[in-house]
Amino acid sequence: MFRLEPRGERSQFWTFCSPVLAVALTIVTMALIFAAMGAPPLAGIETFLISPLLSVSGLSSLAVRAAPLIMIGVGLAFCYRANVWNIGGDGQFTLGALAGGGLALFFPNQAFWWFYPVVLIAGVLGGMFWAGIVAFLKLRFNANEILTSLMLVYIAQLVLVWLVTGPWRDPQGYGFPQSAMFGAGSTTPDIFGTTMHLGCILAPLLAIAIWLIMGRTVLGFQLRVVGQAPRAARYAGFSNAKLTWIALLVSGGLSGLAGIIEVTGPIGQLTTGITPGYGFTAVIVAFLGRLHPIGVIFAGLLLALSYLGGDAAQINLNLPNAITGIFQGVLLFYLLGADILILYRLKRVKRAVQAGIPALEPAE
Amino acid sequence: MDAMIEPVPGPSAAGPLLALRGIVKQFPGCLANDHVDLTVGRNEIHALLGENGAGKSTLVKIIYGVMKPDAGTITWDGRAVTIANPAQARSLGIGMVFQHFSLFEALTVAENIALGLNNPADRVGLNDRIVDISTRYGLPLDPDRAVHDLSVGERQRIEIVRCLLQNPKLLIMDEPTSVLTPQEVKKLFETLRRLAAEGCSILYISHKLEEIRALCERATIMRLGKVVAHCTPAQKTARELAELMISATLKPQDFRQRTGRAAAPRLVLDRLTIRSNQQFGTDLKDISFSVAGGEILGIAGIAGNGQSELMDALSGEIPAGSPKNILLDGAEIGHEGPTARRRRGACFLPEERNGHGAVGMMTLAENGFLSANVRAVLNRLGLIDRKRTRAFAAGVIKRFDVRTTGPEAEARALSGGNLQKFLIGREVVQTPSVLMLSQPTWGVDAGAAAAIYEALVALADAGTAIVIISQDLDEILLLCDRIAVIAAGRVSPPMPVKEATIEQIGLLMGGGGAPVAEVAHVPA
Repeated sequence: MFRLEPRGERSQFWTFCSPVLAVALTIVTMALIFAAMGAPPLAGIETFLISPLLSVSGLSSLAVRAAPLIMIGVGLAFCYRANVWNIGGDGQFTLGALAGGGLALFFPNQAFWWFYPVVLIAGVLGGMFWAGIVAFLKLRFNANEILTSLMLVYIAQLVLVWLVTGPWRDPQGYGFPQSAMFGAGSTTPDIFGTTMHLGCILAPLLAIAIWLIMGRTVLGFQLRVVGQAPRAARYAGFSNAKLTWIALLVSGGLSGLAGIIEVTGPIGQLTTGITPGYGFTAVIVAFLGRLHPIGVIFAGLLLALSYLGGDAAQINLNLPNAITGIFQGVLLFYLLGADILILYRLKRVKRAVQAGIPALEPAE
Repeated sequence: MDAMIEPVPGPSAAGPLLALRGIVKQFPGCLANDHVDLTVGRNEIHALLGENGAGKSTLVKIIYGVMKPDAGTITWDGRAVTIANPAQARSLGIGMVFQHFSLFEALTVAENIALGLNNPADRVGLNDRIVDISTRYGLPLDPDRAVHDLSVGERQRIEIVRCLLQNPKLLIMDEPTSVLTPQEVKKLFETLRRLAAEGCSILYISHKLEEIRALCERATIMRLGKVVAHCTPAQKTARELAELMISATLKPQDFRQRTGRAAAPRLVLDRLTIRSNQQFGTDLKDISFSVAGGEILGIAGIAGNGQSELMDALSGEIPAGSPKNILLDGAEIGHEGPTARRRRGACFLPEERNGHGAVGMMTLAENGFLSANVRAVLNRLGLIDRKRTRAFAAGVIKRFDVRTTGPEAEARALSGGNLQKFLIGREVVQTPSVLMLSQPTWGVDAGAAAAIYEALVALADAGTAIVIISQDLDEILLLCDRIAVIAAGRVSPPMPVKEATIEQIGLLMGGGGAPVAEVAHVPA
């Protein structure tokens, strides 16, 4: 038998190695799942995790998939550092797409160079607005932000569905639930003639910017103090309300930016399926990256790979596309499990001592 | 692992139930129990009395098997025993009700009690037994109610019933009335008297004097790890008990030359009244005092009488009702938060270091930035000026001889005393006009304490007004010009330390137990 014993402090080693352990265990589990589904396990892993990386087009798809994950994930990491648990990235992503996309639809033939940046800013504001509702509810009514941000995801999705099946539906779209394609003046520029776009460059730059803000600025310092020791923040005179607003607006804005770049870039229009759950996957990205902006970049790439791997497994091995969701779920499961090693160590205990159920003792 | 000692009726029944002889428990840097003797008789309600840090809790933990003594013997029911763990203590017949309950809010009363039973077989018919015991001892409880619906008094009853189900012969109660209303206290006392009459002795830990005079037949009084007296509380006045409890080992008072010059008041509290934001906090009532430049005012008092609320009010963490309630150099600042008060020249340091005065996971440089950024300007255009921040911390480390590897060391890596030196230094080097501290030398060794005293005296001599909230009376007598006492959220008018007597102070400290005064009215 093993027992968990408190270490008494955080283990630096496991803080960084628990994601590695979690990824390793996930790969083993995935191999078992492949075997159970009748696919050869090693070939399955190869198809799922390695084959997408072997071509230029695969790498560029990886960057395209990773861009929104990194942008949302880095915003969530910023927010979580302040102990504010925004899990509604998907809703803020959707509102960003709607705000910026709506602007692009109303002015379809803008040729001014400044129009595209305005569309992006509208997307950022849309995401901020959606996250701002969460901040308002939390500070005014003490409503739990986990619940409100999650519920706002579904509201955002319904608003999206209503708009693209109703007022914003493309008249020439044969009745499909989608808007018209955006005009040339509001399309995310491609780079190097690949499928990669502006967002692929912006995402890592934003991650670095958030890193600098967290580490070097007074604001970032206040945010870290409020997250680690709220009483110390009060003692220092930092305003909890102000920091909650900032944390939510920044993460909402980044999600909104990811949303508008996604619809003006790879998708090119508003449809009912603009996000395959990027906002939720980004929660895994933030934790796998240890809430550190640079860690988020790597975690974003890994989870982007799970989307590509899911596609590849579907095409080459006839496995259902749900394999992506399984991979992400298993990874989060192991990560949360492995994280217990940061605060606890495993200890062997002899069976004999175990007689009787130990009674509750108050923790001293 | 079952009872190593079968209770033997007969000859042993005549002697005391529990006798401790020469108990010694040493912690690093602190002798918590120094040859403590304690005897609890049968059918007796025995008080264990002492200030915070006197060693009461350590002693009780030894009896309940949570800690092992370094030396000494325990005799239970006439036989020498070693109590290895709480399960064994329970099987001997020792039950304990802790100050902080360990209950699951979402579960029912019966489920909570079932979780605490050693033997799963005891769960059969549990509900009936809970009802039976709770009615017999006047502890009404509905086994099927969820704990989150219950008042604090009802929750305490669960803990008591949980103990009584095991038929204890000794029930240890740790500060049971600190969370109760006067009515609940009255009921509890009835229950305890009944239990004692039926053969369950009670060891009652408290520092509330009137309570002990009303309830307990015998008392053992501790101070600084030693037993200072065994007595019969009913034969002593509250004042006499207080004197025994605090009987300050008065040191010569020549620590500083008191100038006695009449300077203008720098900090004035005018009828400050604040509701506590804590569930079991103490409201501050009508507090007025003033402190002049160059003066050190000490506020004495027993823990939990409003000290932390007063500190929060002084720092601005809880704003006062009206700006006029607090004046700083003549300006009305009652409504201002900590940053605005710092800007005006105030500095402060609360009692709790971890997570309040400092952030354990951050470096000393960052912890310096935490409170010194406003006055020492450690930022440039919103960016942390890392050079200045590091230099600031290094300066504090050097001047206050903080033993550490440098400004990049994490605060939690420092010993308590060293961290406290750093934190006091952080405030002192900002040369505040008013400095407000709570428990400045709590858990600090003598050398570090002396260094802190010296720095405070030097600061006062340079014209700063200093307020020290402390439970250490020796410290106040040593350091302060005037002393006031906080009790039940009220602060007594300050008096010069030279004129204060231990009797006066003891009376002020003990007289504050508002809930008890109504219950236990014993003519003096």
